Amino acid sequence: MLRRLKELRRYPTAIFGIGVISILVLVSLYALIALPYSEAIRLWRGGPGVWDDNPRNAMPAWFDLFTSANLPRTVIVSTADAGVKVVEPLPDGRNRIQITLPFDYPYDGFPTEVTLFSEAVYEGTTRPRLSVQWKNPSGETLSLATNRAMRASDIYYISQDGQLMAKFGTLPEVALFSDAAMGVPASQRTSAKGEYAVVVQADVPEGGDFNAKLVVYGRVHGLAGTDHRRRDITVALLWGTPLALVFGLLAAVGSTMTTFILAGIGTWFGGKTDFIFQRITQVNMVIPTLPILIMVGQFYSRSLWLMLGIIIAMSIFSGAMVTYRAMFLQAKEAAYIEAARAYGASNFRTVFRYLLPRIVPVLLPNFVTVVPAFVFLEASLAVLGLGDPILPTWGKVIHDAQTQSALYKGLYYWVLQPAILLMITGFAFAMVGFALDRVFNPRLRTV
Amino acid sequence: MKGNLLALTRYTILRAVMLGFAVIVALYIVVLVVNMGGHLDTVRRSEIRQGVALAVTAVPENQLLPPSELNQMIERQTELAYRLYGLDRPFLVRSFEYLTTALSLSLGRSENLTSDSGSKQVRNILLERLPSTLVLFGTSSLILFFTSLFAALALSRRYGSWIDRAVVALAPTSSAPGWFYGIFLILIFAAVLRVLPWGGMVEAPPPKTTLGYAASLLRHMILPVAAMAAGGLLASIYARRTFFLIFSSEDYVDLAKAKGLSSRAIERRYILRPTLPTIITQFMFLIIGMWQGAVILESVFNWPGIGSLTILAVNLSDTPVILGVNVIYAYLLALSLFLLEFIYAIIDPRVRVGAGTQRRL
Repeated sequence: MLRRLKELRRYPTAIFGIGVISILVLVSLYALIALPYSEAIRLWRGGPGVWDDNPRNAMPAWFDLFTSANLPRTVIVSTADAGVKVVEPLPDGRNRIQITLPFDYPYDGFPTEVTLFSEAVYEGTTRPRLSVQWKNPSGETLSLATNRAMRASDIYYISQDGQLMAKFGTLPEVALFSDAAMGVPASQRTSAKGEYAVVVQADVPEGGDFNAKLVVYGRVHGLAGTDHRRRDITVALLWGTPLALVFGLLAAVGSTMTTFILAGIGTWFGGKTDFIFQRITQVNMVIPTLPILIMVGQFYSRSLWLMLGIIIAMSIFSGAMVTYRAMFLQAKEAAYIEAARAYGASNFRTVFRYLLPRIVPVLLPNFVTVVPAFVFLEASLAVLGLGDPILPTWGKVIHDAQTQSALYKGLYYWVLQPAILLMITGFAFAMVGFALDRVFNPRLRTV
Repeated sequence: MKGNLLALTRYTILRAVMLGFAVIVALYIVVLVVNMGGHLDTVRRSEIRQGVALAVTAVPENQLLPPSELNQMIERQTELAYRLYGLDRPFLVRSFEYLTTALSLSLGRSENLTSDSGSKQVRNILLERLPSTLVLFGTSSLILFFTSLFAALALSRRYGSWIDRAVVALAPTSSAPGWFYGIFLILIFAAVLRVLPWGGMVEAPPPKTTLGYAASLLRHMILPVAAMAAGGLLASIYARRTFFLIFSSEDYVDLAKAKGLSSRAIERRYILRPTLPTIITQFMFLIIGMWQGAVILESVFNWPGIGSLTILAVNLSDTPVILGVNVIYAYLLALSLFLLEFIYAIIDPRVRVGAGTQRRL
């Protein structure tokens, strides 16, 4: 057995496959350690405050390498880091707080959004007023907002400000980051690189405090980009790896091993046991698997683990049962099995010690070859919108991308990254499986 | 010969009865799943009660009635509505009714869905969708079967050539399903190159002339058929080539070569014939797999067939339609299995019909 496994070295595809699987296992381990289960779920669920600083639908940062341009990254500047805060008491007892948020913008192209977050701590019922000024590299100062009534935690969406849009005649983020004169269409503008600054000013009652954060959302983000809910796709790609491996392997182990043992027992005892197994197999083969899974997903639960259980249950009495049964029927007639009976071996001993091991060479390649089928089945369910509601899987990323018509909008990275990962995983197992098949079935080896 | 025919008939009838039994049990399980084991009835009952209560209280004259009378009225009308939907009888009884309507293919009326022609008969809804599924899957199955058969024959002749080795090396790519390649194909040909349609069956509005309609249909079929081929072709070529190679190393093939028979005759008589049962089995399983894969492929390509109907019906919890789709699938699967056994009984001499131990599949 081991000697046979060593023969795998002769197949470059098998070595490649094993290499890829090991890398995937390492990535899974890294995912489990770096991002604990509960943390991954919290991040993927998102919600207020989790992904606020990420751009929407941003491409992966490495996309830069394929273009000569230096694509905009997200710039975040706040009073906690580079911001300069000046507090000046006013005669009426309030404090005038002026915050300057300077930042460098060396990128080609315009950002996707510009948003100013501010937090004010104060007592009293009158809302403080906020005024915002914009300084561009050529030293000009533009007033963005004056006397804006602010909430305790205020979000000023500069790029959605209708007044600015009307004033500039184009999108505010385009007008603010270009030095062209007003009236020039957005397509003819280029970004002005250099030092920018935003000056925020608010009058806060005495004893109060005021802080601000400016986020200039870029066009590229992180290793894998972001989706429509600003989530970092890296989380799903990273966590999708252990989920895909565990799902594929558990389903393969659960179904192949059970089928194998039951087929052995059925053929050995024959008669009623065999008859019942055959009837169950027939019934199960007539039940369409995917529609049943869709119904379970829609009516009961979409939990990944429930789906796994049902998939295993439904693939125990499947076509493989028929194949193994035919093999066991042949193996049953072998002389050494008769010898085992002659020396008085119990049924249990004969089945597990002599009958089953005989078919292991067929089982092993089959087992490895069905893993991709289950990995893709999980993805299929997710693509149909029946993915696990909380777990981040590759299939769910593809589903999100499909529902947001990512391909139509040209957001190819969104579909391609999980798809390529799925493909690599599937191919790696299939390659090892095909090679194992040739090693263990000598009839195939010569050809 | 006559005895043989009798045995064959007996064998066939026995198999048909067993499969019929399997279909009945399978469909009953499906009925239970579709109705959530009867739980769906509770949901529907409360939906109906709420609807009736709203309708009754909305009538201005009823609002003047004392509450007890109003409640009685609601109660009476709810009972009537239950009877209309058959909810007055216990689920167990109705589950068998579902089963008999399903088995007899009368299928009943849908609850929410209507066919494009406006019919609420499940049969009409299904019949409207069936041709588009058949066109797509029939075409691709046939293309796949014959291409892989001839490609495999050609490869087994050129064993060891670079093209043969390339197919062997690329065979694992078939582990990904068709819809998966569909996404890539849409990306390349629809999104980037913009030469082929994104999905659907014909252009909207459909072309008036038959020729134009056919041309549009063909254009829309290229990508789904290519996707299915990418998902299955190489693996089946590889599997068949291997079989042909194993069988072409048999002694009788060497003898035939020594006799100086043409390679075509050798292929037909000594290689294709013994491998035919296996090839047909594989093909049947391929088709069965495709029927099920149809659901996703159709939704990826927006193909208006049975598969996208399944998803639509499940989303609307339209029990009769879901059941109808499953009945069609179950019958098709059973038919495939039956044909498989029948073909085996005829072509494979090793299946000793009607006597002793039967070697199946």
